[in-house]
Amino acid sequence: MTDISILCPTGHLGFTPLEPASFHAGCALKPDVVIADSGSCDIGPYPLGADGQASPVAWQRHDLEVMLLAARRLGVPMIIGSASDTGTDRGVRQFAQLIRDIAREHGLAPFRMATIFSELTKDQVLARMAAGAPVRGLDGRADADAATIARTDRIVAVMGAEPICAALRDGAEVVIAGRSSDCAIFAAPLLNAGLSPATAYYAGKLMECASFCCEPFMGKESILGRITEDDIRVTAMHPGQRCTPASLASHAMYERRDPFREYVATGYVDMTDVRYEPWDEKTARARGARFVRSDRPMVKLEGAGKVGERRLAIVGIRDPYTIENVDAAMDWARARLAERFGPPGEAGWAVHYHAYGRDGVMGAMDPHRPARPHELGIVVETVCADAKRAEEICALAARNLFYARLKEVKGTAGAAALMSDEILVGKPGYEWTLNHAMPVDDPAELFRTAFETVDDGARKAA
Amino acid sequence: MRNMPTLRDLATTIRSKNAGVDHITFDVIFRERRDFERVRDSGVLSRAKVAGLYGIPLERVTDFVVFEPANAIKFTIRRERPSGSPGESDVFGAQQYAPLFDIEVP
Repeated sequence: MTDISILCPTGHLGFTPLEPASFHAGCALKPDVVIADSGSCDIGPYPLGADGQASPVAWQRHDLEVMLLAARRLGVPMIIGSASDTGTDRGVRQFAQLIRDIAREHGLAPFRMATIFSELTKDQVLARMAAGAPVRGLDGRADADAATIARTDRIVAVMGAEPICAALRDGAEVVIAGRSSDCAIFAAPLLNAGLSPATAYYAGKLMECASFCCEPFMGKESILGRITEDDIRVTAMHPGQRCTPASLASHAMYERRDPFREYVATGYVDMTDVRYEPWDEKTARARGARFVRSDRPMVKLEGAGKVGERRLAIVGIRDPYTIENVDAAMDWARARLAERFGPPGEAGWAVHYHAYGRDGVMGAMDPHRPARPHELGIVVETVCADAKRAEEICALAARNLFYARLKEVKGTAGAAALMSDEILVGKPGYEWTLNHAMPVDDPAELFRTAFETVDDGARKAA
Repeated sequence: MRNMPTLRDLATTIRSKNAGVDHITFDVIFRERRDFERVRDSGVLSRAKVAGLYGIPLERVTDFVVFEPANAIKFTIRRERPSGSPGESDVFGAQQYAPLFDIEVP
């Protein structure tokens, strides 16, 4: 009977450093493959749009080094998905270079590495649209049109298991994948071993966030999955953690709208009838997933585009009268801004007042806005295409709170405390422009794979 | 009269988190089956109750699911703007659950 074990040390490689002790405990059980995802949309649209990274290189390198050394020592494949937070071509190249550097530093024996690229140019997407491929909106979004693409700076396609399966079949011992479905990077070796898509993708869904599927709550600790057909057993590797039916089931519903369906390029995992049982003290077992294949593969596209330059200022208010009337003060400030810079939106600028201490976290969704908080911290955020103008708007947006004209104010020397009369330079503002899916004939057709032998000796000789 | 217990008393996990870039999903999870059933059957959590609590139109509560395998009630709210856009204040959607704590359960 096919029986594959997978060790996963982190749900987002590099985001904070993984914990080596539980990973090494897992390595002692001789897993067949080590796998970690390195990307997430949770970090917001900036890293994708600006093609930067959200994690420090030192932590990415740390995590890759711990995994690579173990994988080469065990002689098993290592799979990394969504390289460097976003899975852009930059991320794949960066991780591939880190792998080469680590191999050289440790004098590792030669091994075969596959890099799988998933970035698409705007022209590629426009050409497919022109050829009649609809770019369907997900999560209630409208289908994309040329204007949607025009607002986008960078696009990644989200791969399913297919390109990774192919790379492994071609002998890759290390796979650095661009943007990929979290569950697909786990499914790939399981599918290659002959397990069903239901078992393969469902195992990936359960394991993708490492120790988040265990209790008590701990991040960055390893878990080991032992997978046979329709039988997935997940074990916590940290001595203080357990994987229980409750922890596994509650993870199955984590960060998703529909706890019964997990979509991948070729269909979805139906989790309606899954069952969770205790197995041993640290292990829970899951069974009963089904896979529903769609008529035509749909590949998800993620895209981000720049909205403008951002500037920030911090303003405090302590006067109880001003606090009670802070909405009027902000309205007055907005009106003065509109007089000088033209109507917001239309004139290409925006101001956002984040009133911490009242509803800075939840905004209009907060049902318990206190009428009289002791003090307010207002973060003034302005956005404008032109950086100098964004700065000027921000300065006026903050200072106008200082000069706010309220009828009965007693403190006539200033209605606000400026933490310092200083405008902070924020990262440019981006937005998620694409959360869409595009039909394809072959689920692997949008992705490009390259192979190399990482062999320091050969390079030295050359 | 004794006060009614709240969700905070009965649930072991109350959390919110991004579900993709356009939604925030909320999970209320119970260790004890009877607490889960009590809340499920009380009707204090429903699509309409949630919309009322957060002051949003009913259509923005896009999903409401009782998830038996985890003793959980789960609902999802559509964001006003995608996560991380300028003006947004909770890029992970991780701090939107607090108002659920004080819901009283008969």
